[in-house]
Amino acid sequence: MTTSADWGWPLGVFIPEQLSFVRAFNNPTTSELIGAGAASLVVLGGLALAVFLIWSGWWRPIWRDWLTSTDHKRIGIMYIVLSLVMLSRGVIEGALMRTQQAAGLNGGFLTPDHFAELFSTHGTIMVFFVAMPFVTGFINYIMPLQIGARDMSFPVMNQVSLGLTVVGATLVMISLVLGQFSTGGWTAYPPYTGKVFSPGVGPDYWIWSVAIAGIGSTLTGINVAVTIYKERAPGMHLFRMPLFTWTALCAAIILIFAMPPLTVSTLMLAMDRYLDFHFFTNDLGGNMMNYANLFWLFGHPEVYLLVLPAYGIFSEVFATYSGKRLYSYTSLVYATMAIAVLSFTVWLHHFFTMGQGANVNIAFGIATMVIAIPTGVKVYDWMATMFRGRIRFSVPMVYATGFLILFVIGGLTGVILANPTIDYQVHNSVFLVAHFHNVLIPGVLYGMLAGYHFWFPKAFGFRLSEGWGYVTATLWIFGFAFTFFPIYFVGLLGMPRRSVSYSDPAFEPFMLVAVFGAAMILSALGALVVQLLVSIRKRETFSVPLGDPWNGRTLEWATPSPPPEYNFAIIPTVTDRDMFAVAKAQGNAFEKPAEYEDITLPKNTAIGMMVWVSGTGLGLALVWQVWWLVLVCVIGMLVVLIGNTFRTDAHRVIPAAEVAAAHQAWLDQIAAATPVGRLGEATPHNKGLAAQEAVQ
Amino acid sequence: MTEQLHPGLNLGPQHGKAHEHAETVMFGFWVFLMSDLVIFGVIFATYVTTVNPMGIAGGPGPADIFDLKSVFIQTMLLLTSSLTFGIATLMLRHKKGVRHVVLWLSVTLALGLGFLIFEVRDFSTMFANGAAPSRSGFLSAFFALVPLHGLHVASGAVWLVVMMMQITLFGLVPMVKTRLLRLALFWHFLDVIWIGIFSIVYLGGLA
Ligand code: HEM
Ligand SMILES: [Cu+2]
Repeated sequence: MTTSADWGWPLGVFIPEQLSFVRAFNNPTTSELIGAGAASLVVLGGLALAVFLIWSGWWRPIWRDWLTSTDHKRIGIMYIVLSLVMLSRGVIEGALMRTQQAAGLNGGFLTPDHFAELFSTHGTIMVFFVAMPFVTGFINYIMPLQIGARDMSFPVMNQVSLGLTVVGATLVMISLVLGQFSTGGWTAYPPYTGKVFSPGVGPDYWIWSVAIAGIGSTLTGINVAVTIYKERAPGMHLFRMPLFTWTALCAAIILIFAMPPLTVSTLMLAMDRYLDFHFFTNDLGGNMMNYANLFWLFGHPEVYLLVLPAYGIFSEVFATYSGKRLYSYTSLVYATMAIAVLSFTVWLHHFFTMGQGANVNIAFGIATMVIAIPTGVKVYDWMATMFRGRIRFSVPMVYATGFLILFVIGGLTGVILANPTIDYQVHNSVFLVAHFHNVLIPGVLYGMLAGYHFWFPKAFGFRLSEGWGYVTATLWIFGFAFTFFPIYFVGLLGMPRRSVSYSDPAFEPFMLVAVFGAAMILSALGALVVQLLVSIRKRETFSVPLGDPWNGRTLEWATPSPPPEYNFAIIPTVTDRDMFAVAKAQGNAFEKPAEYEDITLPKNTAIGMMVWVSGTGLGLALVWQVWWLVLVCVIGMLVVLIGNTFRTDAHRVIPAAEVAAAHQAWLDQIAAATPVGRLGEATPHNKGLAAQEAVQ
Repeated sequence: MTEQLHPGLNLGPQHGKAHEHAETVMFGFWVFLMSDLVIFGVIFATYVTTVNPMGIAGGPGPADIFDLKSVFIQTMLLLTSSLTFGIATLMLRHKKGVRHVVLWLSVTLALGLGFLIFEVRDFSTMFANGAAPSRSGFLSAFFALVPLHGLHVASGAVWLVVMMMQITLFGLVPMVKTRLLRLALFWHFLDVIWIGIFSIVYLGGLA
């Protein structure tokens, strides 16, 4: 790499040739032009957004009501917005890679390096900046409502966690413009990502975006676990918690124990690169197997951290749209816990072929297969929940049934891979790529999209267009099938993963089918955007301000939509699982309490934004080795964080009278409204008051 | 029922708002410590896998670089500082007033800084003798583990200073008290980690 000696210290190792526009100007190949195009999208998109915000004057309410808010609901929504933005980049990259491979018989249009950058950013983005924020967003939004709490235990820390997560995403976006991202995959295995093989700044972008966002996730895990243990409404003992809350708890526990190995492994890699340490180098006593162990000690629990909350969402969806209690709640809870524990015991299956003995492989192979048992239990419980239910095949149910079928296939191919002898044949082939997309897309992404549809009316007070919902769901499901089922076959034919091109013509037909599927997925993404725009435009027709459009069963539906910032006018008392369904059946769901009390809430604060600014500055300064800026940002962040502990007036009080008035207005609206039966759910008559039916 | 839910706090009526709040933040801090313990755990594990000829890679090994006398002094300084922190907590519990609490916290701070001075002195001797982290995997792991503990002690020292400022600024209000109690947990936690380092790294390395 060229050094910056001639530039002096102020810009570290940065030189203008690192700008993607300059690279494309100097060397206008398709590959470079695509890179510059993506970079200009980032720049123009950012500029357009800024201009729009100033022109429309929205920046003021956005700053006041959102960016400085400590309300768990707003923070949750911001997480989900982040993940949707990143999803569009990730999906486009996926489709671009599929296009390259469709044209990749003896060539294609991308250089190997560019392709490597694509799968590295795609994997990193999808895992850390789509799936994780999506899951965190739902947990943030829904969990406190489900347990009858006013907020998370640590609302300001919650905002800081979001700030740290956004830092990571921002760094990945900036890498498109300034310099290059890592080419070492989402796992960033050394020694390839070490200084010797990757002297550029790519791996540093990966390191700092993952490390900084990872710290945010650890704090989120702590926050969620403490909230669930300490903030439950009276009577909400553990075995009355809704299933989504259970999965949130298990996910939080995984975060608390699995994020530290990631933090450690990335920082060790950083020390190797920056300070000439020898943890994972080839020489002087380094050992990259330590990295593989540490990384997967995080990486395997990570996938369950993602999929468990999705299971939680599906559980709520199956129960609600079947109009029934969940079948065998207790076994679902135990299965969730079992999976959370087992997820920590199988990480070695990620390197069956890297030299440990056969006995170790057998032990970890069996441990891996054991996870299929509690998962199987869940699948049967979900099916039994639907059995003899009064099912409405609404959009979340489309995702849920798509999930049930596809996920079983993905799980089976996982059991196949868990057999070390088979793994020796297909590991590092695209069979593996098909497998993990087969669990991640139906498992995690469909879960999140089902939740998006299910809870959107709760968050914004209007439903999403059902028609476009069916279109989107269908496109996602078939698009997935067309994209990834052919990949299983190509994998069995022996195509290695991460190949930019190939010379065996037998692969080509499959790749052409796959690129067709990718086009469908791209349309699904487009349909998702259209759905949102259409729904916003028709928000009057779709409005459900009374709060319970789907005849919900758990406490989050017992509030108006959107809920007031304090969630509940008075904290509910819980006597049952499915508390809201039971209260509705007994006719006391919308009672006026004897008295109201003042509610104390944290004031708004800009601390999360300051963390975002200083964190992004810190990350960039570390990547480009601009040491004075590192110092400035670290000191800035410390001043912000320590200074915050000197604040004594961090709370404000909402007077009881105000709460009473708002609650009364809502109760009056309810009293005046006509309830709507389940068949009328998708009609404009649905204002969010469900007609009563006998509970099951 | 005992008189206090949290020894050393005396926050107000039992099961009042102050206690409920304290319970949440204390529990949260325990969870954070658990997470931090995992960090130390994996670094310990990394260290243990490098104390062998392959990891040492022909460079200096434990016997060549550890100065047990200095390490013993560090141990004593750190353990004593935990004791003095305990005394500070007792002062808080028995309502001895701001002056006593600050006094014992300052002693704790001084002992902590003493520990850091000896530790830094050891490191610089090692560097001077060619035992730098870039020399071998073993030394890399050593310099990830022991200075990480030192960094924690240094953060604890900063935190001590901040707390002394807040005690004088706000007095011994519940917010300050629960923060002190969390700092106490942190400080004692560092003792526990150090005992691990002392036995596994130093005694184990020289055995
Ligand atoms: C939505 C449509 C998607 C498409 C078209 C797609 C496509 C691809 C392609 C072509 C690759 C490269 C495979 C190879 O190198 O042989 C890849 C890798 C990967 N994808 Fe996706 N993907 C999609 C969604 C997702 C989602 C939702 C996730 C996770 C939540 C994900 C996670 C990953 C990961 C972790 C890798 C591995 C990156 C690496 O090799 O380091 N993908 N994907
Ligand atoms: Cu795994």
